[in-house]
Amino acid sequence: MPAEPQIDVPRHLFEAYERLAAGPTRPIAGGTDVMVAITGELAPIPERMLDLSRIDALRGIQLEAGSLVLGARTTYTEIRRSALCREHLPVLVEAAATIGAAQIQNRGTLGGNIANASPAGDMLPILLATDAAILVGGQRGEREIPAKDFFIAYRKTALAPDELILHVRFPLPPGREVRFRKVGTRRAQAISKVVMALAWEDFGSTGWQNVRVALGSVAATPIRARKTELILEGARPTPEAADLAAEILVRELNPIDDVRSTADYRRMVSARILHRLLREAGGW
Amino acid sequence: MSAYRFLVNGAPAQVDVPGMRRLLDVLRDDLGLTGTKEGCGEGECGACSVLLDGQVVDACLVPVCQVEGRIVRTVEGLSLAARERGSLDTLQEAFLEHGAAQCGICTPGMLMAARAYLDAGGGPDDESIREAIAGNLCRCTGYTKIVDAIVAVATPLE
Repeated sequence: MPAEPQIDVPRHLFEAYERLAAGPTRPIAGGTDVMVAITGELAPIPERMLDLSRIDALRGIQLEAGSLVLGARTTYTEIRRSALCREHLPVLVEAAATIGAAQIQNRGTLGGNIANASPAGDMLPILLATDAAILVGGQRGEREIPAKDFFIAYRKTALAPDELILHVRFPLPPGREVRFRKVGTRRAQAISKVVMALAWEDFGSTGWQNVRVALGSVAATPIRARKTELILEGARPTPEAADLAAEILVRELNPIDDVRSTADYRRMVSARILHRLLREAGGW
Repeated sequence: MSAYRFLVNGAPAQVDVPGMRRLLDVLRDDLGLTGTKEGCGEGECGACSVLLDGQVVDACLVPVCQVEGRIVRTVEGLSLAARERGSLDTLQEAFLEHGAAQCGICTPGMLMAARAYLDAGGGPDDESIREAIAGNLCRCTGYTKIVDAIVAVATPLE
């Protein structure tokens, strides 16, 4: 039987904050990462744990002042079934469907994906591409951290040890489009080799504005490819623009070889995904 | 150690165990329900699939403190209603008829994932069924007979 650390099961956020402030505590929500880490002894076994599954304040999907707001405990199954997500940010639904299989989608949460901060976290490029913000809280108060400032190093985040992720706010600017692609070993239950989210705003005459090219599994953290974004800013999705953007992306990325893939493959596939997304957007 | 109470296959269960004990270990070791199998222990293979409030989950990834007050269904409870009639669940019958079990380790989890799919109103199309059991690995059958068995149950009777 794997190690069984002590766990507290608070019902309210303030109780959870007290436990976190009292000393090192590892939160658990859906458990799809932390249970694996404990069973497989992949990391030091936490001394104390904190179950978030009874805290209702971390749940729910709502529209608030032009943003779509998802509670940290929102599961992938809840995202897949959400009429609000489907209407306002369908790329979330598309991505949630590619994460694990039913058993994982029923348990894994958006907040867990963010806190775990795997470079291969499938939702994370979408957060970067949509300029999402992560609301965190603790006894010292609440603060909102832009997704672009949240992932600071390999599996390291801006979250303090006494803070919890409360919810994620996705702004919904008019005219914005977002696309998502994931490449893994097989269609279901695969950890990604490359994952990409592409966003842009299109008002017709000015070309694409606020272009975002965000990737996972190609660096120590989920990243934005800023040079490639600059190439596409103000452009139209023409074959020439796609060729150039793909070429810049290959030069900009610096992935590694690991058990899931090679650096060369990741570079090539990233460029190809971007090219294909631009081709689909341009309708050629 | 704490006392945790929940329903397993319709009957109340109480265990005095650490809250981080895996539901899988509680079922097999504390409650003696060994129908649920351990394969990988890391949420990849689905051998330990059970239903938690009707949703299919990997019992190796669920700490028992999260099961307090909830409803668990294991393969032992799949045929409860049918057993009173002296038969198996229609899914179990179909697995027998179609030869959908070989070594048998994946079978309980496969049945539970398929049951969740059917209970949610899933139909007989091949692609949806394959998605529903994508989290359940079988290294013997090649899946074809398993899918056939689920199709047979999902197909409305004429």
